[in-house]
Amino acid sequence: MLRFLLGRLAVLVPTFLGVSLIAFSFIRLLPGDPVMLMSGERAMSPERHAQVMHDLGLDRPFYIQYFDYLGSILQGDLGTSIVTKRPVFDDFLSLFPATLELSLCAIILAICLGIPAGMLAAVKRGTWLDQSVMGVALVGYSMPIFWWGLLLIIFFSGYLGWTPVSGRISLMYFFPPVTGFMLIDSLLSGQEGAFRSALTYLILPTVVLATIPLAVIARQTRSAMLEVLGEDYVRTARAKGLSPFRVIGVHALRNAMIPVITTIGLQVGVLLAGAILTETIFSWPGIGKWMVDAVFKRDYAVVQGGLLLIAAIIMLVNLLVDLTYGLVNPRIRH
Amino acid sequence: MSLLQIENLVVEFQTASGPFRAVDGVSLKVDPGEVLAIVGESGSGKSVAMLAAMGLLPWTAKVTADRLEFDGRDMLAMSDRDRRRVVGKEIAMIFQEPIASLNPCFTVGFQIEEVLRIHTGLDRRARRIRALELFEQVGIPAAEERLGHYPHQMSGGQCQRVMIACALACNPKLLIADEPTTALDVTIQKQILDLLVELQAEHGMGLIMITHDMGVVAETADRVIVQYKGRKIEEADVLTLFENPKNAYTRALLSALPENAVGGRLPTISELLSDEQIFAGAPR
Repeated sequence: MLRFLLGRLAVLVPTFLGVSLIAFSFIRLLPGDPVMLMSGERAMSPERHAQVMHDLGLDRPFYIQYFDYLGSILQGDLGTSIVTKRPVFDDFLSLFPATLELSLCAIILAICLGIPAGMLAAVKRGTWLDQSVMGVALVGYSMPIFWWGLLLIIFFSGYLGWTPVSGRISLMYFFPPVTGFMLIDSLLSGQEGAFRSALTYLILPTVVLATIPLAVIARQTRSAMLEVLGEDYVRTARAKGLSPFRVIGVHALRNAMIPVITTIGLQVGVLLAGAILTETIFSWPGIGKWMVDAVFKRDYAVVQGGLLLIAAIIMLVNLLVDLTYGLVNPRIRH
Repeated sequence: MSLLQIENLVVEFQTASGPFRAVDGVSLKVDPGEVLAIVGESGSGKSVAMLAAMGLLPWTAKVTADRLEFDGRDMLAMSDRDRRRVVGKEIAMIFQEPIASLNPCFTVGFQIEEVLRIHTGLDRRARRIRALELFEQVGIPAAEERLGHYPHQMSGGQCQRVMIACALACNPKLLIADEPTTALDVTIQKQILDLLVELQAEHGMGLIMITHDMGVVAETADRVIVQYKGRKIEEADVLTLFENPKNAYTRALLSALPENAVGGRLPTISELLSDEQIFAGAPR
C-alpha cells in the first residue's frame, strides 16, 4: 500500500512540471501583455511601457522567467496578481469554496440521479424506459454547456421568473463568510430567508454543471450493471430467494460500482473545466470565473498559479479515487 | 407423494430467428430421499429445465407445463413473493463454477448468513453459530477464520463447499446440483461428490444431479433421465440403465469411452446416429 502510494506520488512530480511549463508558456503565447491591457484606452508611451515591463520582470528572457517562477513555487510562493496585487494563493483560497460548493452540489446531483437512472435502464433493458433514459443521457452528454445554461436562464429566470440569473445570494442578505460555502454560511447567519435565497441561486448552475457528468455516470452505470447482471453470482443470489431489490441493489450494484467510481473520479476534471463556463454564464464568483477574467487581463501569475492548483486538485482526487477502489473491491485490498 | 413433479415442461426463448425450444415436453418426478441424475450433452436443456422449475430464468423465457408441483404446491400458480419463500429455503441449488457463483465483493460468511437472515428468524449470534456449524459439516477447516474470507482467497473446491453450505443452510427438502464438479480438479471432484452423497443421506433430502459425466451418475444416482435436444429419451434406475440401455443414444453415450477412440479421437454421436433414430421410442 505504501509502495503504491509512493509510486503514485512520484508520478506527480513530472506531471506538475509539465503543467507548470504549459501554463507558463501558453498564456505568454496570447497576443498583448498585461501592461498594455492595464493602461486601457489611455495609450502608454513606449518608454513608460518598457519601464513597467522591466519593473514587473517581464522583459527578461522566457527561460529565466520560468526558472525564477519554479524557484518561487518551491518556496511556496505562487506569485502576486498584477491586477489585484494580492497573492495568487490568497485569492484562490477565498474563491475556491464557491467553486467547491457548486462542484460538490453538481457531482452529488449527478451521482444521485445518474446511478439510479443507469440501474433502471439496465434492469429494463431494451424497453422504452431504457431507450428514453439513454436517449436523454446522449442529449445531455452532447449538449454545449454555455448554450444549455443560456436556455435554462431564458426559460426559468426570464420566462417563468422562478430562479435568479446570476450571483450566489440576493443582495438583501449580507454576512461575513465563515466557511465560504454560501449554503452553510446563510444558515449560520441566522437571517430569515437567507438559506432559501442561496439555494435558489444554486439550482440552475448546479443543473448546468451536473448535466455532462450525469449523462456519463448514467451510461457507465448501465453498461456496468448489464455486465454484472449476467454474472453467475447474480443467479446465485436469486437462487437464494432474495428479493429483486436486494439482488440488484446489493449484489449487482456493489460490483457494478467498481468501474463507475473510476468514471466519477474522471468527472472531477470535467467538472472543473465545466465550472469555467458555468461560472462565467452565471457570474458565479469562483475560480472558473477568476481564471477567465485573468486570461482576458493577461494576469500571468493568476493563470499559471490557478492552473497549477486546479491540476493539483484533479491529481489529488484521482489518487483518492484509486484508494477508494480498495474499499469497494476486496480483490484489490487483499 | 413426490417431492417435485413436472409434467410436459416446455421452455421457449424468443430469439431474433424466432422462438427456440430449449426444453420440449420433459416430465419427471423426484421422491424425498431419492437421487435423480439428469444426463445429457451441453445444450440438451438439463439446466434450463431445473432453472425453470425454480423460476430463475430471465423474462425472455416462456415456461409452460401441465404440472409443476413442489411438495404438493403449484409452483406455476405461485406469486413471485411466495416462490421466493420456497426457493433458497426448501429447494436449493448449487452451480458449475463455484468461484464465479459467489459474489466477489462479500465475505463468504456474509453470503451464508444472508440466506439465514431472509429465511429464518435467527438473530445475528445464532446465524454465526449456524454458519460455523455448516462450515464444519461441509468440511472447511478453521471455520471461524474462513467466514471472514472473500471467495478469491479460497480454492475452487473450497468455494464449492461454501456453495453447498449456503444451499444446506435452511435444511432444504430438495437440492439441485448443476454440474457441481465439472470445474474442479479430479481429486476434488471425488471429495465433493462424496460430500454431496453423504449430506444427502444424512439429511434425507431429494437430490437432482445434473451432469454429463456417466462416472458421476454411476457413483451417485438411484434413477437416471437421459436428455437430448430438450427431450427426455430414456428413464431408468441406474443399474438397468448401465446394464441394459434401451435407447441408441444412451448406448452411444455409455460407449463413449477413451479406449473406443479411433485415431486419438472419439466419434461424435451425431456422426453415428440421426435424430430420428434417437427420438424413436423416447418416452414422452
